[in-house]
Amino acid sequence: MSNAIVRVENLHKAYGDTEVLKGVNLEVDEGEVLVVIGPSGTGKSTMLRCINLLTRPDQGRVWVAGDEITAPHADVNQIRERVGMVFQDFNLFSHLTAEGNVMVALTKVKKMSKDEARKLAMFELERVGLSDKAQLYPAQLSGGQKQRVAIARALAMDPSVMLFDEPTSALDPELIGEVLEVMKKLAREGMTMIVVTHEMGFAREVSTRMIFMEHGVIAEQGPTQQLFYNPQHPRTREFLGKITELYGHEQGEA
Amino acid sequence: MDKLPDILGSLPYLLEGALLTLAITVLALISGFVIGLPLALLRVYGRKPAATLAAAYSTVLRGLPSLVVLFILFYGMAAVVKLPAFLAGCVALGFCSSAYQMELLRGAIQSVGPGQMMAARALGMSQLQAIIHIILPQALRLAIPSWSNEAAVVLKDSSLVYAVGLAELLRRSQQVAARTYQSFIVYSLCALIYFAMTFLANRGLDHAERALRLPTPLEETAH
Ligand SMILES: Nc1ncnc2c1ncn2[C@@H]1O[C@H](COP(=O)(O)OP(=O)(O)OP(=O)(O)O)[C@@H](O)[C@H]1O
Ligand SMILES: [Mg+2]
Repeated sequence: MSNAIVRVENLHKAYGDTEVLKGVNLEVDEGEVLVVIGPSGTGKSTMLRCINLLTRPDQGRVWVAGDEITAPHADVNQIRERVGMVFQDFNLFSHLTAEGNVMVALTKVKKMSKDEARKLAMFELERVGLSDKAQLYPAQLSGGQKQRVAIARALAMDPSVMLFDEPTSALDPELIGEVLEVMKKLAREGMTMIVVTHEMGFAREVSTRMIFMEHGVIAEQGPTQQLFYNPQHPRTREFLGKITELYGHEQGEA
Repeated sequence: MDKLPDILGSLPYLLEGALLTLAITVLALISGFVIGLPLALLRVYGRKPAATLAAAYSTVLRGLPSLVVLFILFYGMAAVVKLPAFLAGCVALGFCSSAYQMELLRGAIQSVGPGQMMAARALGMSQLQAIIHIILPQALRLAIPSWSNEAAVVLKDSSLVYAVGLAELLRRSQQVAARTYQSFIVYSLCALIYFAMTFLANRGLDHAERALRLPTPLEETAH
């Protein structure tokens, strides 16, 4: 087996009669930044959620950093710690401050002492440029700040890979840039990332590889340049045309 | 009005009864919570059979008059185990309240968005850890107003235990009224004591709710 950080083999998932994933195969190596695009309802979120088993696939296997999370007796919680996840609607814990949000899994899951956890939380908040907001509650933060706290919260667990599910889709246009900046910085630091996004500026600038998903399968994949400028699949070309029209503002591409 | 000193003389007697009322209420509320919370969690997060069982428990108990439950526990079970009246009263009211508390807690748990559980699990928390550290701190805050309502209901229902011979507030008022022939004044006094207890309990819980309320964007500027 290669040194893939994430390996997905023949993933199938159906909700009732609707087959959402129809055999997805994927390998993501260390340091890769993979951007996933595709029309709505094609299973992008479902695929991400299968990687850390928030959704259990009907069929197929998933490995994270060499451990099979779909194995019958796998310690799922422990493997999940190594997969950071960032959601479209942030999902910050609303009863905890920014600092508390970053600390809670450190103390409860990693069993760190409060002091240690606080130190690390401050470090991670600093990393996303929010150390001055540590004591504020989610309701007191802007959308962009919330998402940056969510990124800090995931990073604090020291994950092997970060999954982003449309991290900027719920944000006002003027707040998208600050989140993309943080993500670009992460990519430059060598973090392995799988990013579902419509931000083509981000994709072009930092992704190493792109996949186009449609109807529950990977319809096309390849190096970013190739997918952008020389897509093989006519649907890929069509879709790329559509999103550049819709999201053509190229946020954060200063 | 020549009975007034007599009535006033009975005030400590009535207040003692109020104390018993309060004790039964508090114990019933606590046992109702201790039974209701796990059932609410089973209802929301349990597997199908457990969730169904919890739902059935609540449907059955909410369909029974508290007095019937009390009689079953006190008289009906007497052949097997003779419960003291006080215990039977607390347990009966506790069971009845547990069904209502289960429902109000279930509502509160469900109004915490599913994203909170997902984010907690994604960080590697077990379901139990997520419930304890993420879901309940939010759900219990949301539950305080309905819980305050339930506290008032149980306080009022506690008068039912006089049916198994416990001299709580209403029972004692009855005795004083019979002795003094001043039903209106005595029962008004009784009403006043009930009202004072309910009012103070609700005010206390309102206060707790406000103290525990999470800051909102508007309050930020007020600080
Ligand atoms: N928990 C669920 N129960 C039932 N159906 C679901 C569930 N989650 C997703 N689906 C369905 O599965 C399909 C794929 O959903 P998914 O969210 O993975 O798509 P997506 O590619 O992320 O789309 P979008 O771009 O809109 O986010 C959709 O038709 C959706 O309605
Ligand atoms: Mg999606």
